[in-house]
Amino acid sequence: MTETLLITVSARPETSSEFWLHLLLFGLGIIIVLLTSVMLFIWLERRLIGRFQLRPGPNRAGPFGLLQPLADVIKVLTKEDIIPNRADKIIFWVAPVVSLAPVILILAVVPIADSVLLADLNIGVLYVIAISSIVSLGVFMAGWASYNKYSMISAMRSVAQLVSYEMPLILSMAGVVILAGSLSLNDIVKAQSIPFIILQPAGFFVFFIASLAEINRTPFDLLEAESELVAGYNIEYSGMKFATFYLAEYCEAVVFSALAATLFFGGWQGPWLPPIIWLLLKTVLVFSFIVWIRATLPRLRIDQVMNFAWKFLLPLAILNLLITGLSVSLWPEAPLWITGIASLVLLVVYVLFWSKFFKPGGKTVAV
Amino acid sequence: MVFKTEPFILNLGPIHPSTHGVFRMRVVVDGEVITDIEPVFGYLHRGIEKLAENKTYKQIIPLTDRMDYVAAMNNNLAYAITVEKLAGIEVPERAEYIRVIMSELQRIVSHLIGIGSFFNDMGTFFTPFVYMFTGKEKITDLLEMVSGQRLLHNYMRFGGVSGDLPPEFLPALRKFLREMPPEIDMYDRLLKENEIVLARSKNVGILTREMAINASASGPVLRASGVKRDMRKADPYSVYDRFDFDVPVACNGDCYDRYQVRIEEMRQSIRIIEQAAAGIPEGEVINPVPLRFQPPAGEVYGFIEGSKGELGFHIVSDGSARPYRLHVRAPSLINLTALKNMLTGWKVADVMVIFGSIDICLGEVDR
Amino acid sequence: MTTTMKGKQVFDMLKGELASAIVEVQDECLVVKPAKLTEVAGFIKHTQGLEFDYLSSATGIDYPDYFEVVYLFYSLEKNHRFTLRIRCADKADPVAPSLTCLWMGADLQEREIYDLLGIKFSGHPLLKRIFMWEGFEGHPLRKDFKNGF
Repeated sequence: MTETLLITVSARPETSSEFWLHLLLFGLGIIIVLLTSVMLFIWLERRLIGRFQLRPGPNRAGPFGLLQPLADVIKVLTKEDIIPNRADKIIFWVAPVVSLAPVILILAVVPIADSVLLADLNIGVLYVIAISSIVSLGVFMAGWASYNKYSMISAMRSVAQLVSYEMPLILSMAGVVILAGSLSLNDIVKAQSIPFIILQPAGFFVFFIASLAEINRTPFDLLEAESELVAGYNIEYSGMKFATFYLAEYCEAVVFSALAATLFFGGWQGPWLPPIIWLLLKTVLVFSFIVWIRATLPRLRIDQVMNFAWKFLLPLAILNLLITGLSVSLWPEAPLWITGIASLVLLVVYVLFWSKFFKPGGKTVAV
Repeated sequence: MVFKTEPFILNLGPIHPSTHGVFRMRVVVDGEVITDIEPVFGYLHRGIEKLAENKTYKQIIPLTDRMDYVAAMNNNLAYAITVEKLAGIEVPERAEYIRVIMSELQRIVSHLIGIGSFFNDMGTFFTPFVYMFTGKEKITDLLEMVSGQRLLHNYMRFGGVSGDLPPEFLPALRKFLREMPPEIDMYDRLLKENEIVLARSKNVGILTREMAINASASGPVLRASGVKRDMRKADPYSVYDRFDFDVPVACNGDCYDRYQVRIEEMRQSIRIIEQAAAGIPEGEVINPVPLRFQPPAGEVYGFIEGSKGELGFHIVSDGSARPYRLHVRAPSLINLTALKNMLTGWKVADVMVIFGSIDICLGEVDR
Repeated sequence: MTTTMKGKQVFDMLKGELASAIVEVQDECLVVKPAKLTEVAGFIKHTQGLEFDYLSSATGIDYPDYFEVVYLFYSLEKNHRFTLRIRCADKADPVAPSLTCLWMGADLQEREIYDLLGIKFSGHPLLKRIFMWEGFEGHPLRKDFKNGF
């Protein structure tokens, strides 16, 4: 029995029945672990933001307020489920699922230990990119179907923003792929004897900012800008459907943190501790950084967001890709740190150069 | 092909997270750009001016608390000064000093809340707001010490104040005066050079000098547009002519300038309080008026420099115990006159930033 | 220190036709014929030595015989103030000229007076109720207003 289990959790099962058992068990495991750990991450975020804001944060339900997300879940499940009269009912129903499902699917290719993952796709990175862009479809569906002007504006913003930030996100991941020589996330982790954040600082910079925009976090949370659009695309949702969106949002944050940890921080690699703990620690680290940004920064305006993506991030991502590609192809036997230093220099020079020419503020910009 | 867009009407408010109460703006937007706006008032109209006609002069003092409820002391003071002008009541020296201290403390409270919610409107997740509130709480404690109330103080009386300072007040005030200036510096340091803050507020929502004068703007809004006008200097009431302070003026009239003027005014308020606390004389705090108070017939306009602008009371007395007519020159309402000119051409996201930078209090707008 | 201009002082500066627009010269204010208000206000806004460029406050008062509208002007440059009044004798249908053509700041204040006292300001760009809801009957600040409570 133990033997079977061990085989099922590893990514390369031998027989067909083992293959299906692996998919079932591991798939279930991912869903259960993700959905429960998201509650912990919600608790973590609220506690952290509390500390950033000189207040304790939730500390009443359970030890250290750990049961607070559970209480929220119960509250939100017992709420009345309201569907607006003029909403597009089918799309209104489907939208939360469309935005949650792809987020969970991304985890299928994230290794939690050597070769321990749901499916070791040889096109892992491509898969991540393809799947993650479906989320914006769910957001747009929700915004469209709600029959609400706020949600409509939010949906429009979401499409504009997510499509723009996809580009630098992909290009920054491409730098990692070039260094690792593989699209499989498992191979990428194994290639990181030195974490790629050291070899690809500019790449990580772009990846992190673009993924902030992908997961709609501050300062790019224009879709749910509560001071302008009240709640954005999920304004008409209540009850479990709202909870699904909420869940999707946090799952996305967690999954992208895990992805950042995998691509740039060496994933499960690390001394002494078991691999899964390392992955978790790195995920928490990245997630906490996202929370820190949320507690600190105001929100950008839509035209500033677009300018930032196309005029700043995209050129930087392309240059980084160019430098990485050149160093790997022209001088393959060169020590790796040369790439790292080149990337760092690029990042510093580029940011300085750009901040000289970027004047904060400015007149209204016609879209 | 001619690409034609169709404007649509967006109702911001009256129930909206960042309208500072129940304010409604009927905004015509073309995509994200605002083409027209019509403010709609009256959701908090309690008829204070009508109520006042049926109450005795003393009974009106608590009513004035409820206008600008974040600066209740200032409202009390403006009303008391007006009635004193009408009836020719002398105010003891000590009471004048206490009034100045209270009024300036209240101005700091109002500016702190104004800045805090301004940054909330900009999209920070409550962090500046909570920081401002820690400062505000200290002042609230001080005001509670003297008046017994935390929000609606009802402290000023005709001919003085309702009670003398408790013995622990002045030491507490000195402690506050030591703690507050570094705190204000910290707020300013944290906020003023944030790139996103600059991008969102610099050159946004410009109110030109001519427009500000023409639209009867007052207070920080007027001063941010480059007009050096402060009723405390222009026409000193109470004992303001004895204190040494500056009137901060900015020149662009954008949202950032309004923020800067408020920060600087808090520093000047601290200066005034320091001088007043050092020079406060001993003696009576009230020159009592008869129980059945009937000012002579006449008409009077009294004013102070409130935290939001020139706060005036226009009282017509027919010699009875009740005012014949009481009109309030509400700076919050009048500062909104130029709202349309400030907003047109900006984006939906800017509405809240510009509106927040005017810093109104709905209780005063609608009365 | 803001000085208050005397009514006599300002009256002496008004010449010819405008002087006939004055109904009464009081100590610290002038009472103007409603029809001539914009001209007198324009005069005190633009005349050298007066330069009342800031309309601070506009108030309506319901007296038994007439409605009075009180305008308080400041001059930011000269730092002095002055008051103009108009009296609308027709209590059934009071009409006054709007000052919005000279001061944008009159906009909301005149709407407020219209809403609460029912004085119509001719020439106002958007004269509709500001505090009470559309369809509200009567004007609450009038002395003869009776509410149901």
